[in-house]
Amino acid sequence: MIRIELLTPNGHLFSSDTYNKLFTMHGVVMIFFFLIPSIPAVLGNFFLPLMIGARDLAFPRINLLSWYLLVIGGLFAIFAMLAGGVDTGWTFYTPYSTTYSNTWVIATALGIFVAGFSSILTGLNFIVTIHRMRAPGMTWFRMPLFVWAHYATSLIQVLGTPVLAVTLVLIFCERVFHIGIFDPALGGDPVLFQHLFWFYSHPAVYIMILPAMGVISELISVYSRKPIFGYSFVAFSSVAIAVLGFLVWGHHLFVSTQSFFAGMVFSFLSYFVAIPSAIKVFNWTATLYKGSISFETPMLYAFGFIGLFTIGGLTGLFLACLGIDVHVTDTYFVVAHFHYIMVGGAIMGYLGGLHYWWPKMTGRMYPEGWAKLSALVIFLGFNLTFFPQFILGYLGMPRRYHTYPSEFQVLHVLSTAGASVLAVGYIIPVIYFIWSLRYGAVASSNPWGATGLEWRTPSPPPVQNFEKIPVVTHDAYDYSTTIGEVIEVG
Amino acid sequence: MTQHIDSVKTYALVFIALVFLTLLTTAVAYVDLGPFSPVVALAIATAKMLLVALFFMHVRHSTQLTRLVVTGGLLWLAILIFLTLADFGTRGWLGVPGR
Ligand SMILES: [Cu+2]
Repeated sequence: MIRIELLTPNGHLFSSDTYNKLFTMHGVVMIFFFLIPSIPAVLGNFFLPLMIGARDLAFPRINLLSWYLLVIGGLFAIFAMLAGGVDTGWTFYTPYSTTYSNTWVIATALGIFVAGFSSILTGLNFIVTIHRMRAPGMTWFRMPLFVWAHYATSLIQVLGTPVLAVTLVLIFCERVFHIGIFDPALGGDPVLFQHLFWFYSHPAVYIMILPAMGVISELISVYSRKPIFGYSFVAFSSVAIAVLGFLVWGHHLFVSTQSFFAGMVFSFLSYFVAIPSAIKVFNWTATLYKGSISFETPMLYAFGFIGLFTIGGLTGLFLACLGIDVHVTDTYFVVAHFHYIMVGGAIMGYLGGLHYWWPKMTGRMYPEGWAKLSALVIFLGFNLTFFPQFILGYLGMPRRYHTYPSEFQVLHVLSTAGASVLAVGYIIPVIYFIWSLRYGAVASSNPWGATGLEWRTPSPPPVQNFEKIPVVTHDAYDYSTTIGEVIEVG
Repeated sequence: MTQHIDSVKTYALVFIALVFLTLLTTAVAYVDLGPFSPVVALAIATAKMLLVALFFMHVRHSTQLTRLVVTGGLLWLAILIFLTLADFGTRGWLGVPGR
């Protein structure tokens, strides 16, 4: 819808107000209710206990509570945005969100606030489970990297999300009780909001991308039949990303009233956070070296992830550079950058993981041919959608406008065409996944010949996960003993 | 996990040490040490903080993990103070209004 509107320079379909509400809804729903919970809630809750040989998470009831909170918060926020609409953008920048906007800001923020608790509880549950419930022999450095990534993610969720909650409460206080927090007329500072907001929202990017990185580590290892190169570096880089991620929020304030010196510090720290990400990418490629690679669908997504994430990450370095950032702030360059990370990274990881573990979750195989086709369509559609946006942004097209000078039309048309291709790419898996639930071939307990504990129990796993709690005697990804061996579990 | 319990004597000694350090802080306030005044005051405060954390809050006998969390928290506070000062303390260096 948004892309269709941008087909023509003048914007015939919607008014500016409607367009503002639309992109706010797109941002809020995608970030808070899809990207942040997707991998931890779907794949993490299911496989984290399986992968460390536990029968369930440490607090199953808290897990259920966090699910209810997510659904309640999500439905509430979506209802508020449909019924009243919100036009602040997903970032809720003050003073617009506190003083000027007449839309349903508080209701939407409340929905996000409630869903935030879901995120905190999930993080708490994962941390306790990983600390206390590992199977005998499952030492910290035998844990699959998916688990390490989720451990790092959980730290961010537990430590970062309360800051967002507080920020939203402060907005509420200012809007309702006129307490001066962000409004200078009342003694506040609007830039304070940007500090608080990005203190959560930059780490939140890592809440989205770290689990995807964990998935990719699994996929690369399985489909090249090799242990991950530099296992402990990859494991610690997850934790390093979680820690450093908290120290870079100032790079969103290069054009706000932040001193130049602070800008330099944050710029430097932002370059720094690229190091652990690069460690991962290089170690993945090193894993591929001399591996016996097979190009199953999940592996295609893993390759897609590496390519797109690298582009997203490198353009992030452009943005961390003070001089360039001032030029491209709030342009399509930024839009393209974070879509490469969040869609090209997080969603590719999510789809890869979903395909990889689908046989384990449902006991059915998906149709391989269609799956490969859709992986290809998604990759092409994605690049066609977002690559032109880098150029648009560099040429000066600002984000969040639905009208633009006519010389930008070609690139906008390309981008819209790409979005249509991308949509088709997303619809195909939905169809064949539903189809496979009934008609897919029955999956064996270990269709990929992988080493993880989750493959040593029937597909789908019994209620208690394992007949008998396994004893771990090998490192993760030890393919020296299990090549070609398919463990059948009755 | 074994629970270590300090004797009443230890607690009493720590308490006396804390009272002594408080008196010392007051006494030092009357001596003009020039730029070293805050240094001395903060050093005494740190010593008191360590006594409270190690003995009264049982960090001395707790697991490695608890110690990691405690030091991590302190380190984190230091980082936040540094970043705040990096902004607040350097405004006006270049003479650009508002920066
Ligand atoms: Cu950021």
